[in-house]
Amino acid sequence: MINAVGRDIPEEILRLTGKEVFQGNNHFDGYEYRRQAPKVKCVIDPEKSKLRSSIREVLEACGIKDGMTLSFHHHFREGDKIVNMVMKEVHDMGLKDIRLCASSLGKAHEALVPMIEDGTITEIRSSGVRGEIGKVISEGKLKGLAYMQSHGGRVRSIVSGEVKIDIAFIGAPTADDYGNCSGIGGTSDCGVLSYAAADADYADNVVVITDHLVPFPNMPAQISMTKVDYVVQVDQIGDPAKIATGAAKPTSDVRKLMMADNCTSFVINTPYFKDGFSYQTGVGGASIASAVALSKIMKERGIRMRFGVGGLTKPMCDILNNDQVDCLLDTQDFDLDAVENVKHPRHFYISADEYANPFNKGAVVNRLDFVILASLEVDVHFNCNVVVGSDGVLTGAQGGHPDTAAGAKCSIVITPLVQGRIPAVCTDVTTVTTPGESVDVVVTDYGIAINPRRQDLMEAVKDAGLPLRTIEELRDIAYSITGEPKKVQFGDRVVGIIESRDGTIMDVVREVKEFSFAE
Amino acid sequence: MDIIKPAVAGTMESSDCQVTIEPGNGGIELDIQSPVIHQFGDQIRKTILETLKDLDIENARLTVVDKGALDCTVRARVEAAAYRSVGQKDALPWGGAIR
Repeated sequence: MINAVGRDIPEEILRLTGKEVFQGNNHFDGYEYRRQAPKVKCVIDPEKSKLRSSIREVLEACGIKDGMTLSFHHHFREGDKIVNMVMKEVHDMGLKDIRLCASSLGKAHEALVPMIEDGTITEIRSSGVRGEIGKVISEGKLKGLAYMQSHGGRVRSIVSGEVKIDIAFIGAPTADDYGNCSGIGGTSDCGVLSYAAADADYADNVVVITDHLVPFPNMPAQISMTKVDYVVQVDQIGDPAKIATGAAKPTSDVRKLMMADNCTSFVINTPYFKDGFSYQTGVGGASIASAVALSKIMKERGIRMRFGVGGLTKPMCDILNNDQVDCLLDTQDFDLDAVENVKHPRHFYISADEYANPFNKGAVVNRLDFVILASLEVDVHFNCNVVVGSDGVLTGAQGGHPDTAAGAKCSIVITPLVQGRIPAVCTDVTTVTTPGESVDVVVTDYGIAINPRRQDLMEAVKDAGLPLRTIEELRDIAYSITGEPKKVQFGDRVVGIIESRDGTIMDVVREVKEFSFAE
Repeated sequence: MDIIKPAVAGTMESSDCQVTIEPGNGGIELDIQSPVIHQFGDQIRKTILETLKDLDIENARLTVVDKGALDCTVRARVEAAAYRSVGQKDALPWGGAIR
């Protein structure tokens, strides 16, 4: 069945998943449902301890068995040790058919590959997968499906009961023996625990794993003892130095600086750039450079930001330190400066639910003026692909891309027109993750294209002297440099689905096939 | 042009391609690896075959490790490898066999 972004979703996948096809961003506005409720095992006896001495012991206490759903959060990013630590024990116990419900998986988790191959893990729900995990899924080695979810979509799936978490594991930089935990104050700080909040609220068993046990009470607690069944102390939960892996440093790349300039010039010429505006930006070199440039112009014009959101990095925290913004709302910290900045009194922790869940009574993303995003590919319909590499292999994460793009008044995607030989602006993206209706502007090193749906933005910037082009012109320039790309040759089997934030199917990901030359 | 001895041109840097040319077994033998093989595999092959034709090479074995090079780069690397193979450093046919 063809969905609202023109992708044909096979009937068998709709039957298998019980899902509908994507029908537009606001299709479920006003939809009513009852949230699911977790099982609670009461702790009344004051003599009872929640401390357990090992991962094995806690797994047994939770009654782990084949077919269970285990959840994890990814605030340690490439420095995470929790997933591998728990899954090694699960594997050693000989368990099968485990469903992994992770907020994201990365290169730190390549130890999972043999567990996918031998059927320990048979279904994965995650914002994304990278490296070897993406490769084995694309090769068809995961028995069930990989569901790629946005950060808001993940919370929706948990809250609505689509996913029932049996055991949630929360890597906590500090915790007390009753389970009050926080992202700061320890030896492996990650800043915030936003993605784990829904897991703590909705999982039947909640396990806190920490390497820094502090005396009761560990306040303020980002996740409360009232939701925690067990606490385990281990040697190390993560390597904070690797939190910043992949995050950009201030760039001197002239191409990125030019894109940043184009982006900033666009932002300041829109009607939304005025006192009290709100802003979110990603971790790409150009996005970061653009935040730095923007802060300078805000100062010159005496414009103050009301709030910044993230996915936070040093440049956003600098805007807070310079007192150019009233507050920051934080779901994740991409570098150690941002982790440290969590201690600032106007730097607030928010849950992934508050951040982006479309199935609550209103999330922060809906109040955004600007979001600056990156993309692997964007097509002439303004659809973006941030999950599947141009070679057809799963290699990225939705993150908050579809959530913020849908929510913000002005969603800007920055991308170099050509990356290697891959034209970033193309006729049809390999896989749709963010629908074109959410994307307002594409900024490249060869010019800026505004979505024709946004005649108001076209009108607003028409005299600003910006290098405006149509999206088709950008594609044509890209193809004139690289040649016109052929479509990736996929096999038939669907290995994954791109879940829209509202739970419908945006696109499917098929098994990769070995390339064969045309004659 | 007859390929005499093995020769290499190009690097493994991003947007480059490394071409190794060797004497063939009575025809053109191609081995292409590329991260963009799905999108541009046919185009890369076509460019290499055209370049060999322009150079009048009919008997060679080429191993091409592409890192996302544009056609002009692929062409230049094949030409450089071929002329290195025959040891020709001067009087290169710019505008002739080398386009």
